[in-house]
Amino acid sequence: MSYAVVVGVTVTIYCLLTLGLNVIAGYAGQPHLGQAAFFGLGAYVAAILATRYGLPFWLDLPAALVLTGLVGVLLGAISLRLREDFLAITTIGLNFVMVAIFQYVPFFGGAMGITDVPLPSLGSYTFDNSAFLVVGLLMVCAVALFSAYLERTWFGAVLAAIKDDEVAAAAIGISVPVYKIAAFALGTATAGAAGSLYAHFMSVVTPASFSFSESVVLLSMLVFGGLGTIRGALLGAVVLGVMPEVFRFVSDYRMLLYGVLLLLMVRFQPAGLLGEGSWLHALLRRRRLERGGLGRAAA
Amino acid sequence: MLLANLVEGMTIGSLYALMALGLSLVYGILRVLDIANAGAYTLGAYVGVLTWRLTSSWWLALLAGAAVASGLGWLLQRHLYVPILASGPIVPLIASIGVFTALEEAYRLLFGPYILKLPARIPLPTVRIAGTVVSGVQLLVLMVAVAAFAGIALLLDRTRTGLAWRATAQDRETAEAMGIDVGAVTGRIFLLGYALAAAAGVLVAIHYNAVSPTMGDMPAYKMLAIIVLGGLGSPFGTVAASLLIGLVETFVAAYVGFLLPRDAIAFAALILILLLRPQGLFARGVAAR
Repeated sequence: MSYAVVVGVTVTIYCLLTLGLNVIAGYAGQPHLGQAAFFGLGAYVAAILATRYGLPFWLDLPAALVLTGLVGVLLGAISLRLREDFLAITTIGLNFVMVAIFQYVPFFGGAMGITDVPLPSLGSYTFDNSAFLVVGLLMVCAVALFSAYLERTWFGAVLAAIKDDEVAAAAIGISVPVYKIAAFALGTATAGAAGSLYAHFMSVVTPASFSFSESVVLLSMLVFGGLGTIRGALLGAVVLGVMPEVFRFVSDYRMLLYGVLLLLMVRFQPAGLLGEGSWLHALLRRRRLERGGLGRAAA
Repeated sequence: MLLANLVEGMTIGSLYALMALGLSLVYGILRVLDIANAGAYTLGAYVGVLTWRLTSSWWLALLAGAAVASGLGWLLQRHLYVPILASGPIVPLIASIGVFTALEEAYRLLFGPYILKLPARIPLPTVRIAGTVVSGVQLLVLMVAVAAFAGIALLLDRTRTGLAWRATAQDRETAEAMGIDVGAVTGRIFLLGYALAAAAGVLVAIHYNAVSPTMGDMPAYKMLAIIVLGGLGSPFGTVAASLLIGLVETFVAAYVGFLLPRDAIAFAALILILLLRPQGLFARGVAAR
């Protein structure tokens, strides 16, 4: 049971990260292959604030969120200058550079990272794993609802326009830079918040946990589930996050699985499992329509 | 000491150039940043080790590695990259990251996570120039590299095949309208590019006497830095950038020591170059808007 809770918390963290990535890569269509670096930044900010300055979880979480989002603004500003494939390799480079900084700058504790991040508490109650799960789920709900809200607003429509055709979007008077930067800020800030939760949950933060391959894992999850949709981000994070835990043999082949899934999805089902226009989504929708139609006919 | 570093820097730069040339040719023809090229580098090294164990012949190892890897390259372009080419540059890049990740895991599962040795002896004399020792392996690397660069330069500049390649790189549709078999051109470029990467892999395996599943990690992304530095798709620029990076890394390591690890330096440089001089140091091509 307690093991299931641990897996559950891990999955909620994955969900937060893929939801954040979805704002940048899904809604705004900007390649972002360095999400793990921002996750790491959030984790380090929270861990350092908590261990060295004694800040409680409830304060270092917003601090991590804001600081990571600010660095995201910087990446957003960089993205304005680059064509998309060069933006992609810049984000890869950023991931490598950030991990190297975590590893080699003494302030971040070197290869051993930062240890003894305290458990959060609420009044006199100190967190156990189920409390982490509850907080994690609440955060996922909040981010998912916020994403759903975004989809319905002018902001979401503008991001979709930028994704479709940036030049056309600019031509109808949309300030493309502002919206792109905002998308990067939101997506990375979410990763920062996830990092804070992670730091307190694991109580240890090491550079190796935020390597580029983690960014590949996150991207695989999102592409697998369906880029640009909330349900896709959640499905990818849950299925690919749980699979190595449930099927022991999968964990040996974890990265092989992610790599193969990524290339198969991109090649044969670019919409992902549940994305707009994927066969599964089309099938489910037809089912629902048929049932709806029959229901009405019966009534 | 100075001369020794110069030779080692040139050797490493030549190896980088062998790897980066394939990537640069592929980018020129498809506008795809092909991370999986580094998978061919590792594949070449493993096939080289296996061939060497069977035959104890370094040149058979080199040929076998190049042959198997170019087969992989041909399959990848035929069944992966060309079919998804229409969906923009980012989709093939993501696919190639998937391929590379899967390949590295496959090597680890097939050959184990440890280092294999390739202690081939190169029948070349150790040369002394002004008191500096140039080992047989270094000499071999430099010779293979020079032969490859000269061959590619001749091929591109002097032959009808090269003309077709350049035409396809310039404008795929127009080239096709002029009767060039664009599909065949793409296929041949992948054959060549992956063979070059694999040759570099075998040479590195002999040079350091080590082959491991993750040996492609560093080249996979550092080659991106090199081809951007060289001005994308320009073979001359790519070779120049490779030699420059090889020399700078060697001299920094020898005289300055490390502030950050090598790869982080290359990436910090990559990001700065993309922001400040996106057309690359050596060419007038356009990488950014």
